[in-house]
Amino acid sequence: MSNFTSATSIAQNVASGAQSAASVVEEHLQRISQREEEVHAFNLVTSTEARERAADLDARIARGENVGPLAGVPIALKDNMCTRGIPTTCSSKILEGWKPPYNATVIDKLFAAGAVFVGKTNLDEFAMGSSTENSAFGPTRNPLDTSRVPGGSSGGSAAAVAAGFAAVSLGSDTGGSIRQPAALCGVVGVKPTYGLVSRYGLVAFASSLDQIGPFSHSVADAALLTEIIAGHDPMDSTSIPKPAPSLVSVLGRGVERMRIGRVADLPEGADADVLARLDAAFVALEKAGATIVDVKLPSLSYALTAYYLIAPAEASSNLARYDGVRYGNRVAANDMNNMYADTRAAGFGDEVKRRIMLGTYALSAGYYDAYYGKALKVRRLISNDFAAAYANADVILTPTSPTIAFPFGAKTDDPLTMYLCDIFTIPTNLAGHPAMSVPFGTGQANMPVGVQILAPTLGEEAMFKVAAVLESAA
Amino acid sequence: MIDNGLPEGWELVVGLEVHVELATKTKLFSGSPNRFGDEPNTNIDPVTLGLPGALPVLNQHAVELAMRIGLALNCTVKPSTFHRKNYFYPDLSKAYQITQYDEPLNVDGFLMLPGGVRVGVERAHMEEDTGKSSHFGGAGGRIHGSDYSLIDFNRAGVPLVEIVSHPDVRTAEQARQYVNELRAILVAVGASDAKMEEGSMRCDANVSVRKYGAELGTRCEIKNVNSVRSLGKAIEYEARRQIDVLETGGTIRQETRHWDETDGRTHTLRAKVDANDYRYFLEPDLVMLAPDAEWVERVRAALPVLPAARRTNLAVLTGADEDSEAIAVVVERGQDTYIDEVKNSGGDAGRALVWVQQSFAEEGNAPRLPAKDLAALTVLERDGKLTATQAKTVLGDMLEAGGGDPAAIAASKGFEALDTSVIEGFVNEGIAVQPDAWAKYCAGEEKAMGALVGTIMKLSKGKADGKVVTAILQQRRGS
Repeated sequence: MSNFTSATSIAQNVASGAQSAASVVEEHLQRISQREEEVHAFNLVTSTEARERAADLDARIARGENVGPLAGVPIALKDNMCTRGIPTTCSSKILEGWKPPYNATVIDKLFAAGAVFVGKTNLDEFAMGSSTENSAFGPTRNPLDTSRVPGGSSGGSAAAVAAGFAAVSLGSDTGGSIRQPAALCGVVGVKPTYGLVSRYGLVAFASSLDQIGPFSHSVADAALLTEIIAGHDPMDSTSIPKPAPSLVSVLGRGVERMRIGRVADLPEGADADVLARLDAAFVALEKAGATIVDVKLPSLSYALTAYYLIAPAEASSNLARYDGVRYGNRVAANDMNNMYADTRAAGFGDEVKRRIMLGTYALSAGYYDAYYGKALKVRRLISNDFAAAYANADVILTPTSPTIAFPFGAKTDDPLTMYLCDIFTIPTNLAGHPAMSVPFGTGQANMPVGVQILAPTLGEEAMFKVAAVLESAA
Repeated sequence: MIDNGLPEGWELVVGLEVHVELATKTKLFSGSPNRFGDEPNTNIDPVTLGLPGALPVLNQHAVELAMRIGLALNCTVKPSTFHRKNYFYPDLSKAYQITQYDEPLNVDGFLMLPGGVRVGVERAHMEEDTGKSSHFGGAGGRIHGSDYSLIDFNRAGVPLVEIVSHPDVRTAEQARQYVNELRAILVAVGASDAKMEEGSMRCDANVSVRKYGAELGTRCEIKNVNSVRSLGKAIEYEARRQIDVLETGGTIRQETRHWDETDGRTHTLRAKVDANDYRYFLEPDLVMLAPDAEWVERVRAALPVLPAARRTNLAVLTGADEDSEAIAVVVERGQDTYIDEVKNSGGDAGRALVWVQQSFAEEGNAPRLPAKDLAALTVLERDGKLTATQAKTVLGDMLEAGGGDPAAIAASKGFEALDTSVIEGFVNEGIAVQPDAWAKYCAGEEKAMGALVGTIMKLSKGKADGKVVTAILQQRRGS
């Protein structure tokens, strides 16, 4: 557990007048000024806006207003969520300087809840990566050991929380981009059920997989944030037409008689220190009254392959709009096709180009059935496997990341090694299920290890109950 | 074999693809107005511009209008999906068009042409329109070689339905009938204003030819046809071009061809081998569109009587020929219910049809003249109290005043039906003035009758009933 004040406590203190929102903001801005140069969690620190916002909240609280459940809570936003009038870059040169004319739905919800935005965090360009080394604006460093990566793609959001730059933050998770950096930075990270949180205003990477979720120091803060950002949004057709679940209230109910699934045929690749912490987690849950059951997920070994066809296919379409015509950077050329080509060649980094090419190929006439079509079939098989597993288990426990945070450059030469970072997180996205990573002790080099809790669609309650127990046993 | 205007032995085979803009208030996937003619780039929003993070939300009214089209064309409404059609073009803001691909909303319908020909409708699916590009400088308004281009995104995201026929059309005239009838249906069900000149209805024709009994020939798709008249001309030109190629030993290349109104020819736009690979895949930002049976039935039940049935009804009501110009025109203007009202007010439907066709072109489907007033006029006419010429004058006054008692207007003008003996006098005078015409008429030259009647009417200052004059002339000749 960290020694930073939780969002829940900050909100209580600010709302009651025990502490001003201004002082909370100053405390966090001070930590940013002390360590941001070293960590590089942010693409942009919005200190002026944050101070103005805090002053406004303090004035409203002084007038006796209820400013919401996140009163004065400093929050960092992954720089792929649209913020009105504030640059949103996706850590890509192609969008550098672009200011959205509108807010993402989650931004409006957090604002209405009384939160204070402190900045936009760094990411792998367009959320494609597992180390935040693919940012066009330089990598983010792991605050626990700055020679190591923070994970990715939401590395900036994970690092911002781990370094105490913000009490909580939002990331997006397409194949593990919240959970893996949460594990590597020793914080809690949640990917909610697909459709629980609106994607309106989240710059799309792979639309059928993307989901926004929180980073926090505590399970309770993650539950609070999830409650606030969840709920139906008429602007997102894939948003689940149900009210947000009640999650904070289920914490502390324990795991007695819950069935915790252990994957008997877990794909290989996890390091021993990580597996040791997973075993310890099973022991802790059993001790708390849960039953451990073996489940099988035979199609899990195909998940990574299917993901690296489906996600790039969607990305190739989603990123085609960055053509220099309407917004973002344009490279002038003598005709239209050269303008497109030069703009995109200059604007996108290598990993983005790699995935656009991969996805374009997978969708092409003559290859669709062999690649994209087959990947969709695997996706259905994975969902079927999970459905069978959840007949016997309430949640499933796996490692979040196969390794602890790795040193810079360790995996940049071989994309495949980097892709394997997400081997345990990807299946959840393909199934559309919720999952979260909870810090559970440390591995080699005293670096944190995360345990991943997977649950079926809208199984957030069970997931958070287990997370609370693991948190107290860690 | 029908006369298709082609050389002996050649059969024309045409399938039509018609795009119509739906008459919704807002766009297919956003709340921006769907309005033609506004200042460029004013009806826009993050979704229309394809801004990062924007997401489409399907317009329910557009779905309802699309279902009306499908049901009016005897289609089955089915659970359907949306796909992305990916290609780069500056006026396509997302670099993909959201369209229905392998699972369209409406399938397997048909359209009966006025002449009784049945044209199958393969599908009627929903999709969004693109923005509109204008290219300046360089040659021919094309993007290549132009100095600069401007884009208006007002049209981007406007809801379209594409209606694809089977290749059941066999003559250019049938193609014209198909488009006219389809337009009448679209207007009748309130789905679109279907104006080809404003681009709210656009028509492409797939044309091929073959010898009777042979396999289907290779087709060419003809684009840029901007009126029903051009459609007929373009099909006729293209068919002859293909026959010329085939008869001189050549082969038809499958391609898209551009109709040029100025030279009356079609020109190659692009060959099929150059076609884009659109990389269709299921649009992940939308869910399945599966209207429940209750909704479909509600839409079906609310459909108005369609033009074909209205023409039949009006023909029965008025005694006119179902395929006559008068019936077609009056139904197209939506004035058939008015004639029904005239009939219900005790009027003569047959006379009412004549007057409405002739004098109500500017009146729209709710004429200002009360039906009972026109009814009264037709009764005076039927009873011989007014001649047709007098009735026309009275009607002119009534239309100008927005109503009135025709008997009173006639009286004020001194109109009264002349006694037959008085008319006999005018006939005598007329024959005296036009002896040559009388002689010709007596010799069996029917056309000569016109000159005689005209003279006699003039002599009576229009007060004689033309029908009575004709009868007297026929009687005198002894025929």
